[in-house]
Amino acid sequence: MSALAYPDHITATYYLILAAILFTIGAVGLLVRKNTLVMFMCIELMLNAANLTFVSYANALNDISGQVIVFFTLVVAAAEVAVGLAIIIAIFRRRQSVNADDVDLLKG
Amino acid sequence: MDAVVFFICAAAVVVGALGVIAGRNPVHSALFLLLTLVSIAVLYLQQHAALVAAIQIVVYASAIVVLFLFVITLLGVDKQEPPDDAHPVQRVAAIVLGVLALTGILVLVHGNRWVTGAHSTRGALGTVESGNVETLAKSLFTDFFWAFEITAVLLVIAVVGSVVLARRSGHRAEALDADGPDTAAAPVEQAEGERTPA
Repeated sequence: MSALAYPDHITATYYLILAAILFTIGAVGLLVRKNTLVMFMCIELMLNAANLTFVSYANALNDISGQVIVFFTLVVAAAEVAVGLAIIIAIFRRRQSVNADDVDLLKG
Repeated sequence: MDAVVFFICAAAVVVGALGVIAGRNPVHSALFLLLTLVSIAVLYLQQHAALVAAIQIVVYASAIVVLFLFVITLLGVDKQEPPDDAHPVQRVAAIVLGVLALTGILVLVHGNRWVTGAHSTRGALGTVESGNVETLAKSLFTDFFWAFEITAVLLVIAVVGSVVLARRSGHRAEALDADGPDTAAAPVEQAEGERTPA
């Protein structure tokens, strides 16, 4: 543990542990919150954790493809946010709410 | 020095992430998200990914967070929520599952090396002193060219889809206007169309 406390050199392990923590926080937030806007932000947190992992491995393995993949993740995240927020606006017009529990039309 | 920068940024990342899920006001959540995104950009810089860090700032920290804030203020949900928005059992179960998953990941790799596998299978990072934009671009437009084209199609579909979703058409709009006029509809379309291509 002392090796983790005062490192001479930050290795990929530190970044990967941070990414795991960030992903977990995002996943817990997605399960806990009911506000759809905050749930979207939690998805962004998880996508960023994945991006951090890609960049860490690109650096550790000296491989460019890890950084290229991050671009594709960014594009997918941008598309997801655009469509998702449009859906939230459409739901808000009908329900006057952004609470996920209010959207229960398909509930049996 | 590396360690100092890393631990400061790591603390900012974790604090920002916790702030996102703990904030009762969506605007505060969005601003904590901004803190996390900028700190991650610094971590990218530390790992010789200068272009990725710049794009993180431009796309995530600017475009996406601004889009979030725009929608929050547009819908007028920037007020305090009731504190009990989740079922208590669900909250406890989610936290327990999260801790279990995290320990699972950490235990699984304990004693193993995190980084295994072949090095530089798709080409090296390039000259990191002057930034590796050239290497990145060469890889993007040769090895990953097909995926690049597909993402272009995906973006176009997403932009068209969001415009279609956000606008109101024909009979539906008239029926809704009978219930109550929604004057905020027109600016939504315009602003969405402008911001999504970023």
